[in-house]
Amino acid sequence: MLVPISWLREYVDIDVPVEWLAERLTVAGLEVAHIKYIGLPQREVPGVQMPRSDHLVWDRDKLLLGRIVEVKAHPRADRLVLAMVDYGAAELEQCVTGATNLIGYKDQGEINPPIWSAFAMEGATVWDGHSEKPKRITLKGKELRGIYNKSMVCSEKELGISDEHEGVIVMDHDDNYVPGAPLADALGDVVLDIEFTPNLARCFSMIGVAREAAALLDVEMRYPSFDFLAEGEPIVGQVDIDIREPELNPRFTLTLLRDTEVKPSPFWLQHRLKLIGQRPRNNIVDVTNYLTFELGTPLHAFDYDKLVERAGGAPTIITRLPEQGETLETLDDIVRDLGAETILVADTAGALSLGGVIGGGETEISESTRNVLLEAAAWNNIGIRKTIKEQRVYTEASARFSRGVHPSQPVLGCQRGIELMRRLGGGTVAAGVLDRYPLPPESVTVDLPIQRVNRLLGMEVTLETAADVLRRLEFAVALEGDVIRATAPDHRLDISSDQVVGQADLLEEIARIIGYDKIPNSIMADEMPPQWENTSVIIEERIRDILVAQGLYEVISYRFTSRESETMLVPTGAASSLPEGDYVEIANPAASERDVLRKTLLINMLESAVSNARYQTSQQLFEAGKVYLQRRDQLPEEPLHLGILLTGPRHDSWWQDSDAAAAMDFYDLKGVIESLLAGLHIDGYRYQRGSHSSFHPGRSADLYLGRECIGSFGELHPEVAARFKLADAKVVCAELQVAPLIQHHQRLHAIPSLPTTPAVLEDIALVVSADRTAGEVEAVIRQAGGRLLKDVRLFDVYTGDQIPPGKKSLAYSLTYQDENRTLTDKNAAKIRKKIIGAARHRLQAELRA
Amino acid sequence: MSNSIDQVRDEALQSLEKTADSETLTGWRGKYLGRRGAVAKLFGEIGALPQSERAAFGRQVNALQSELNTAFERREALIQSHALALDLEEGEIDITLPAHPRRRGGLHPSTRTHREFQAIWADMGFHVYRSREVEEDELNFTLLNLPPHHPARDMQDTFYTTDPNVLLRTHTSPGQIRAMRDLGAGGSKPIRVILPGMCYRQEQITARSEIQFTQVEGLAIGRNIRMSDLKGAIAEFAKRMYHPTAKVRFRASYFPFTEPSMEVDVECFLCGGAGCRVCKYSGWLEIAGSGMVHPTVLRNGGYDPSEWSGFAFGMGPERITMLKHGIQDIRYFWSNDLRFLQQF
Repeated sequence: MLVPISWLREYVDIDVPVEWLAERLTVAGLEVAHIKYIGLPQREVPGVQMPRSDHLVWDRDKLLLGRIVEVKAHPRADRLVLAMVDYGAAELEQCVTGATNLIGYKDQGEINPPIWSAFAMEGATVWDGHSEKPKRITLKGKELRGIYNKSMVCSEKELGISDEHEGVIVMDHDDNYVPGAPLADALGDVVLDIEFTPNLARCFSMIGVAREAAALLDVEMRYPSFDFLAEGEPIVGQVDIDIREPELNPRFTLTLLRDTEVKPSPFWLQHRLKLIGQRPRNNIVDVTNYLTFELGTPLHAFDYDKLVERAGGAPTIITRLPEQGETLETLDDIVRDLGAETILVADTAGALSLGGVIGGGETEISESTRNVLLEAAAWNNIGIRKTIKEQRVYTEASARFSRGVHPSQPVLGCQRGIELMRRLGGGTVAAGVLDRYPLPPESVTVDLPIQRVNRLLGMEVTLETAADVLRRLEFAVALEGDVIRATAPDHRLDISSDQVVGQADLLEEIARIIGYDKIPNSIMADEMPPQWENTSVIIEERIRDILVAQGLYEVISYRFTSRESETMLVPTGAASSLPEGDYVEIANPAASERDVLRKTLLINMLESAVSNARYQTSQQLFEAGKVYLQRRDQLPEEPLHLGILLTGPRHDSWWQDSDAAAAMDFYDLKGVIESLLAGLHIDGYRYQRGSHSSFHPGRSADLYLGRECIGSFGELHPEVAARFKLADAKVVCAELQVAPLIQHHQRLHAIPSLPTTPAVLEDIALVVSADRTAGEVEAVIRQAGGRLLKDVRLFDVYTGDQIPPGKKSLAYSLTYQDENRTLTDKNAAKIRKKIIGAARHRLQAELRA
Repeated sequence: MSNSIDQVRDEALQSLEKTADSETLTGWRGKYLGRRGAVAKLFGEIGALPQSERAAFGRQVNALQSELNTAFERREALIQSHALALDLEEGEIDITLPAHPRRRGGLHPSTRTHREFQAIWADMGFHVYRSREVEEDELNFTLLNLPPHHPARDMQDTFYTTDPNVLLRTHTSPGQIRAMRDLGAGGSKPIRVILPGMCYRQEQITARSEIQFTQVEGLAIGRNIRMSDLKGAIAEFAKRMYHPTAKVRFRASYFPFTEPSMEVDVECFLCGGAGCRVCKYSGWLEIAGSGMVHPTVLRNGGYDPSEWSGFAFGMGPERITMLKHGIQDIRYFWSNDLRFLQQF
């Protein structure tokens, strides 16, 4: 909300720099997002940082209050006139102007009373009124169609007040104005743009902000008068009110003004509305808007005669829920179907407006309106919120009612509104306010022991200080021993009658007004909770570290995907290996391709590979993130999965190896996984032939910990690769469950003493049938080698001319070592013999010559 | 026979002068000092001499052997020093040729920031408590003092699942209720946890807003937790996270689940508070929302709010990472673009 300081000053004296006030308001929760200056200079305030404003600062010697005493014809131009301006000098200044709102005074002789306006002397800097973009000009004397001109009467645009450049400023007469006085003193202003959090409903008006400023600055609040001159017939009998849903409409008030004139508002009112971004319309509608902003009580004005016509007599205003199928055409020309919960203002002939939201077209104020019925009401904020949501209509009224306007306030708005209308348009106000108030809220009183304030704030606040702060905020305060008994003022709905909650509400007010900067910083002296260690977090992070150490980059993907995307992971005709069960489906997705939560990380890994492929030939990625598995009658399961993807050359190209490096394959990924398992000190894992449908059946594996398959890895299924346009690059992927890794990791693994005896190394090559797996052969070697065989490393796999067809040769480096003694050649030969014997016997292996 | 000793000596010393590298030097040593070398041969001749000459001859051969050994060592040292000098002089490579590329790998920037957060809070006794992401409306809103149609629900655009009571959490705060119920032992034990994790909001994806983002929430509950403790803890965090003398400002704000509620600003660590583009010339950067746990929330977590109190805070790691590195576009975070990830 835009808050002009000039307006605020009507209710509170502000003797501090505006910048300082803005900082105080911000720290107290009324965030000043922006400060707009009109003519006045920005001030430097120690300790307050502000963006530098590049607005026009009005020169106090050259931009002055002037009064136009006469408008003469320009001898050589029909569209220009000569405005004769009194700016306090001995002689009148003649300004050539094309202002449309001065043309009418041409050759009419002396204007009485003269027109107060903004006068710019030679040398003054103003905005160029004709330029689209902001451009400063400095006035210099020159001839305009044969008349020498060195000064001007300004439009709002030229002064930076608004974009209006049709005519010059025409101000209301004010006895305090002196020709030649600095314009800055009359129209200079600073406008604060304040953002309100939902709890600050009470602040959503000039008076609301003024109350906060008064409390913060510890000065008196000056309320406007709510008296109204009512010399007409009593309102009772001229109109009636029938509230049918007191829960939704706890109060409804009406006043009536007869024989008034609808016309443009005076300058002061138009100017204020324009300063806050509202478009002036006519005096009646402007007053309803003015009160919306001044007091935070939105008003609605009806053309009384139209109501009488509809009712065929004295109208009865009814607030009720819609009938089945009822519609209403609102002021914005939309015909609205009314939902069952929308509270309506109606009469006996039908709906008139959406209560508290927007008026209807039929009974609105027009230029011919003579008699005005003014409504001020209170509406249940939740009801208004439902209407806003359903009707998608946001107005200044609904913005306030949806946050909550205390039912004590509307009658004040009704009184002040009708008085302003009478003053601006004339006429006679009917005696009395018609006030129906079926559901007044209970007054809220909270007992707050001062010890509780001190304990919760961690600082000593005296009873007097706390009580004073609450008084400044208009609470009625009584002291009973160490207890403050505070009764909330009747403009607040945010203080709870639940005593503990109410205490927190008061505590916040006390801390906020005293200032959070006054509360000391302390170190928690409270009892420490039991200390514990989150093993899964530690292991998760270790998994990340192990993978990063191997040159992999961590990615984090959108958790959203679509069924179609994940279906791409399953080859035609294959049974899907993706987790069974439904997707968690989003009712209001951001996009159709993001309408479910993922069940697998593979989709994200592949999509990342595809997008990165444009820039990188080699990629090593992993993600440790949740997947989401729907369960019956329970919230979904959210297990953590680990996805890994490798693609591209094993080594980046380099000038010393000119040959392109081979692509990473199954065995690279297997190496990553085994390093991970080793890093977690998990042993006893094993592989089985891959069963995951997204992988090549011959070049993938399932990983088992104990009896549990915890995931699969391998080369992407060619059909899947083709769908992702990855067929040209070999892509290997893994998806593992993290929970079993955490469960099986060895937290305390033993570190054996380092051997001091030498090891014996030797190589053997075994020729076995080609369909033997390396795993089988190694298992036999290890078993036969026993305790002294420390390491078995395959260094060559050979098939070809030198061995028989259907056979292959596997060459191993074996390491024998005994921690207790030095092995002799004889010892080594004995082990070797056992290994060869076992290989012969169990694998039908031959020793290769 | 002494004649042949002299002969061996002369010949050996002359040919030693001709050795130029360790290879020829090794050959020379074999020839003269080896097991079958010239000196060994002379020793072998001792037996053939008359008894009376043997001692003298032996002494002479011994003297020869030690002379040649000394000459060898001297020569060897000379050749080695030559070779070293040569290598140092001529063995230069072009150090500007490209390095062999190593693969470095890296953590996601959000993970890095989370770790920094976790480490700092762990030192203050806060442990990581993980909570679910697909959450009940009741925990995400109602139990956090946001009943249906509460105005503050508008502050958060929510992804709902097809089950209308189930949504994607819009903040980590529902974890507060879960942590209190899980660790509070029916409202009888103090708590200090941080709750990190992914949150979701139904927003337009732009350079400044995302549909998913991580948060870290902190929660301390005890019989004597004070607002000054919240200020002290946050100030300590800011000192360690940003700068040892970082100033912190608390601004009144509103969150339904805390009261009093405060936004936390830290002195802009890019301009030192002097005002710059990043802090919008305010000198401050907003880093956290915080407050004293609302009595209703304490009650919903099983605590008696007249006996127990607590504070809570929430921070956005992506935002802080962006500020620290001058990252202009939040969409980089989940784009998985290696060109971005490789820069951390």
